[in-house]
Amino acid sequence: MKSSRTFFQRLRSYYLLFTGGFACFLVALSVLEQEGMSRTWIGYLFMFATIVLYASIGVLSRTSNVLEYYVAGRRVPAMFNGMATAADWISAASFISLAGGLYLHGFDGLAYIMGWTGGYCLVALLIAPYLRKFSQYTIPDFLAARYGGGDGEGPGGRAVRILAVCATIIVSFTYVVAQIYAVGLIASRFTGVDFSVGIFLGLASILVCSFLGGMRAITWTQVAQYIIILVAFLMPAIWLSGKHTDNPIPQLAYGKLLPKLSAREYVLQNDPKEAEVRAIFRQRADELDARLRALPASWEAGRIELQRKLDRVKLRNASLLEIRNAERALIAYPKNADEATRSWSEARDQNLARAEPITPHATPYPGDAETSDIKRNNFLALVFCLMMGTAALPHILMRAYTTPSVHETRVSVFWTLFFILLIYLTIPALAVLVKYDIYSALVGSDYAHLPNWVSYWANVDKANPLFSISDINHDGVVQLAEITIDADVLVLATPEIAGLPYVVSGLVAAGGLAAALSTADGLLLAISNALSHDVYYKIVDRSASTQKRVTISKLLLLGVAFIAAYGASQKPGDILSLVGAAFSLAASALFPALVLAVFWKRANYQGAVAGMTTGFAVCLYYMLHTNPTLGGSVARQWFHIAPISAGIFGVPAGLLTMVTVSLLTPPPERQTGALVDYIRAPEL
Amino acid sequence: MDKTLIRARHWERTRRLTALLLLAWLATGFCAAFFARELAGLSVFGWPLSFYLAAQGASLVYLSILAVYAWRMRKLDRAAATQAAAAATATAAATAAAVSPPEPRT
Repeated sequence: MKSSRTFFQRLRSYYLLFTGGFACFLVALSVLEQEGMSRTWIGYLFMFATIVLYASIGVLSRTSNVLEYYVAGRRVPAMFNGMATAADWISAASFISLAGGLYLHGFDGLAYIMGWTGGYCLVALLIAPYLRKFSQYTIPDFLAARYGGGDGEGPGGRAVRILAVCATIIVSFTYVVAQIYAVGLIASRFTGVDFSVGIFLGLASILVCSFLGGMRAITWTQVAQYIIILVAFLMPAIWLSGKHTDNPIPQLAYGKLLPKLSAREYVLQNDPKEAEVRAIFRQRADELDARLRALPASWEAGRIELQRKLDRVKLRNASLLEIRNAERALIAYPKNADEATRSWSEARDQNLARAEPITPHATPYPGDAETSDIKRNNFLALVFCLMMGTAALPHILMRAYTTPSVHETRVSVFWTLFFILLIYLTIPALAVLVKYDIYSALVGSDYAHLPNWVSYWANVDKANPLFSISDINHDGVVQLAEITIDADVLVLATPEIAGLPYVVSGLVAAGGLAAALSTADGLLLAISNALSHDVYYKIVDRSASTQKRVTISKLLLLGVAFIAAYGASQKPGDILSLVGAAFSLAASALFPALVLAVFWKRANYQGAVAGMTTGFAVCLYYMLHTNPTLGGSVARQWFHIAPISAGIFGVPAGLLTMVTVSLLTPPPERQTGALVDYIRAPEL
Repeated sequence: MDKTLIRARHWERTRRLTALLLLAWLATGFCAAFFARELAGLSVFGWPLSFYLAAQGASLVYLSILAVYAWRMRKLDRAAATQAAAAATATAAATAAAVSPPEPRT
């Protein structure tokens, strides 16, 4: 007891020292900025200082001991385990995209806040303490032992293990690609390197850390990363809050701002100039719609028109620029009628979306009675999917193994949610503060005097503008309908919107990087542990030495990391929707099996195998069936539930199948009953 | 009291606590989302109630559920441990009594 106390105290002083050092670093940089250091160099310094920091923690805690490598020696005190889990949890999506999502969707976006916090109740009440009591290394370990009888080596245990490994890999891989994508995004934005170079820079720091020290290195790095995330997220929010409400605590202050925001929304909604801009968008959408209906003739006509234009420009010896532009227009024109259908309907939908009236921020489920009900049902479905998904994410559950006792695991889940809430209660506040700032300061200003950040962020990614603003109705004044903001840009641009020095922008970028890296670390470890421990050691080579197991795990980590980086460099979908898919899949495949493993002795391996496969299949089918980007169609939705909430069908399907099949097949062996009794028993 | 009985009782209480807290969890999430439109008219400290619940209230309830769970379970675990210790001492005493019969009176 005494030694663990001193261990806790030692950790505390290390991290206090670290926080102090980090504060000094920030002060030093802001002084340097005053002295005229360039933005690029501030960006570089932040990137390299943090990456070197993570790498050195990784080097200091390098290990090849199995217990240390897989579960950090099971001696992480509850509070630090909570911090590390919080960093593990706060992904790029939470840090970068969530506030932006709330900005765009208002109340409906709060489903993410509720879902991602409520999930921890399920983790604590149903799963984590029992996993700790079981004391092995991975999630598939637990399922295999519970359903396989005895040591989990029977054919049933093996089948369950393989299924659990597959689920772990699919879920974690989707999630890790999103994280690495974010790493590339931030690195390229703040240091000006190429997107793929950014990815590999980030990857290098992930690898140094988890490659050398496994869970142990990751844990101590994540605690440091959490501190950076917290400082980076709170600082701009506190500043904005002080600016707009005279109360520096954003979580308390934005209540006062909400009615003001609603009043401003009302004014803008009834502004004739806004209506004019929206009418222009509607008209553009109608034109595109007309062309779409006249396909393929309209495609032919359009192409000929562009060709003629080019010829005309060439004939009258116009400037090179004009010729270039005409050529570009012709090149960008759809190659055939099919492509025209795709790109024009996309453009039509975009224009239609911009012609929509303002969504009131604080109103739940706006719209007429039917849309409103659909929105409510989707909100509920999403909340429950995210909750059950949280309780089934292998990289979070894995953390239950690292505390010294069952009691500490329960306390650690409490700390996890506590530290997550420090960020999550700020996110809705930040969304409201930034929205108020934009609605009251940017909207209504004139185009000749746009703030600097507008042109900076508008020029960051020409192909897929993260922020765009153009004078649609040519009146020289900014209208709200003339602005589009991508969810991913909001948090990164907040310091500049608030008028803070560039150091804070660098800090926020470092925070986003820390969020993405910490999550990616945990996920990569979850994947490589599943492969090395569950597939290699438990199935392929039972006699492998501990040294060999750790080496194999490290090699696999390297391989998986590179595949994930390759996946991310293909720039798939937007971050939030990728992560959402991972939650539904995790919930459908693993949640019923994990919960029934502890709470229902009669559950057997036949049930588990059937339940896991059915849940996963139903969830995947629904996603493919209804997600337009995956080749489905919106019209085929059941009860109008969006594909991101596919788990709302997957989980009950899995649960029902598992119960039915378990009841139809013989009960599990006596050993299993003993194991369940052991897991449930108190620690004496 | 023997070990299996202590365990069974501990599990019974754990289950009851879990069920109770799960109910609180479900009610919070479901009510905050399902009745959001009805609650939007009320306001707390400037927030419409439904917005406050979804943005902060529900999450804080979840945090307190976790606190209650950790605290109650620690109590349950400790009670079980004391009972087990008492049972062990009782058994030991009984064994000791059986091994050394009382001295015959003179």
